[in-house]
Amino acid sequence: MFYRENGQYKTSYKADQALFPIVQDRIFIGLVMVIAFIVIPVFASEYLFRAIFIPFLILALAAIGLNLLVGYCGQISLGTGAFMMVGAYAAYNLAIRIPELNLLVVFLLAGFVTTIVGMAFGIPSLRIKGLYLAVATLAAQFFMDWLFSRVKWFTNESSSGAVSVPELQLFGFLWNSPVQKYFLVLCIVALFALIARNLVRSNIGRSWMATRDMDVAAEIIGIRPMYAKLSAFAVSSFFVGVAGALWGFVHLGSWEPAAFDVNRSFTLIFMVIIGGLGSILGSFLGAAFIIFLPIVLNQIPAFFGIPISTATAAHLESMIFGALIIFFLIVEPHGLARLWAIAKEKLRLWPFPH
Amino acid sequence: MGALIEVVLGGLMAGLLYSLVALGFVLIFKASGVFNFAQGAMVLLAALAFARFSEVMPMPLAFILAALVMVLVAFMIEKLVLRHLVNQEGIILFLATFGITYFIEGAGQLIFGSDIYRIDLGLPKEPKIILESTFDGGILISIEDLVAAAVAGLLVLLLALFFQKTSTGRALRAVADDHQAAQSIGIPLNRIWVIVWSVSGFVALIAGIIWGGKLGVQFSLALVALKAIPVVILGGFTSVPGAILGGLIIGVGEKLAEVYLGPIIGGGIENWFAYALALMFLLFRPEGLFGERHIDRV
Repeated sequence: MFYRENGQYKTSYKADQALFPIVQDRIFIGLVMVIAFIVIPVFASEYLFRAIFIPFLILALAAIGLNLLVGYCGQISLGTGAFMMVGAYAAYNLAIRIPELNLLVVFLLAGFVTTIVGMAFGIPSLRIKGLYLAVATLAAQFFMDWLFSRVKWFTNESSSGAVSVPELQLFGFLWNSPVQKYFLVLCIVALFALIARNLVRSNIGRSWMATRDMDVAAEIIGIRPMYAKLSAFAVSSFFVGVAGALWGFVHLGSWEPAAFDVNRSFTLIFMVIIGGLGSILGSFLGAAFIIFLPIVLNQIPAFFGIPISTATAAHLESMIFGALIIFFLIVEPHGLARLWAIAKEKLRLWPFPH
Repeated sequence: MGALIEVVLGGLMAGLLYSLVALGFVLIFKASGVFNFAQGAMVLLAALAFARFSEVMPMPLAFILAALVMVLVAFMIEKLVLRHLVNQEGIILFLATFGITYFIEGAGQLIFGSDIYRIDLGLPKEPKIILESTFDGGILISIEDLVAAAVAGLLVLLLALFFQKTSTGRALRAVADDHQAAQSIGIPLNRIWVIVWSVSGFVALIAGIIWGGKLGVQFSLALVALKAIPVVILGGFTSVPGAILGGLIIGVGEKLAEVYLGPIIGGGIENWFAYALALMFLLFRPEGLFGERHIDRV
């Protein structure tokens, strides 16, 4: 009753091609924007920004990038952590070596560097398919781990192997309070989400989806597989690279390669799967789920006042995390985005189902 | 010359140990089409169980009990996970095994403790020098590795016999070929899955005991899986001989690279070199050395 498109006529091509053709969707997105830009900054505490909102947004950006590759183009990658690492170190080197560069330009250039690296690691996808490709992308992970911990040039000869970035300076201001950082990240992520949303319904996005659904058939109807696959790797890596740069500069401040280890890659692929393959909204939902879950699990023993050692708690957490992942895959293999779609279907009729 | 042979021999031994873990992957992929990321966690669990049981009872008994634990794990996985995920895409099943990994790692360390445990099989640790007359300085050989290699070889032989000669083995091969066809001629899919997960749990136990004897039983044992993955893609997901040959190639390649390439481009390359090597092979044979040729039809 409340969510239905009856009576919403599209009378122009422009209306037909609108990003959110249904009024209720526009209202919903508007509400989300209001909450993100006004309500949260007013009410949230510093801890919430640091521990939840900023990492959530950055990882959501990385998840969108990965989703473009896995969900839209069907090329599974387990090396996303490595590409985040490339983005972070590229941004670090650019910022250190060319200090007069604007920080936003640094982030974008870091994205471009990651694009090139991502395309290089995407080349095997032209030959190798499916799970073989998935495990082959682990090569990127271990290679980058090695590269950034062994080759001293990338870390500016730092003796400990860790790098730290100067405070964020942009347009003459110092962006060092959590709220300011939050705004910076929010603007970037919102912009990129918009770009992604438009990309996937454009020519290039359709060629990705055709490749995903059946690459031989796509080739026959005139889609160049090399172009489609490599462009997916390129765009995905760009997103992931920018996310990596943000993760290093805004969230961590100082880091070493271990911050982007193979577990980071795994968490990102969880976000994409649990959120929903082939859905931009799903990337946000998945990121939220994976960020919140450990925090909630951490609080449970303390909440009930059960005294358990930290080691036991860590093992229990790992068990519950694993069990929940299996549970989610069993009940909804298409992810949270699918649940959202089902909810919308139900809302069409609710509360008068006849 | 002696040094080169020593490096190659060391590589072959290490490679056989990788093969042991890789075998677990291949068995499960063959029978159920699941790329089981949890194999490393299973190695850890089996080794933990064996190490803790053998503290309180004689070793053969501990071995049997640990094997029973692995059967139980296989049973639970089939009952609680696989059964509900029939007909899902490969990636979903693959990720479900990540969930299993986290669960087993947590549960194993919760039940059996998370300290470092030792497995002492009573093998001599000192390397032996052979062929001193032929080469200058002779060739160092570790007896421990030699025994491990013999065990691995024996295990492969047993598995080959099991697959080729027993009726269960035939059923397993039928399921591997075509789930639906196998089911339609009356092969119980669920029981086959329990069996194959148990067998690979058994392989994990052997691998866990050998690796645990070398490295000590601790969490890092689970990371052995990441070492075995290049072996599996190199050999092909569905081929037992592929796992063995892949392991040998990776083992030797890794050792040679460490000795001859390492000093040039900096040490510590063994973590990614195996993957790079596997990728090179994959570029020429996209399904691995012995993997089934995949023909795409529209």
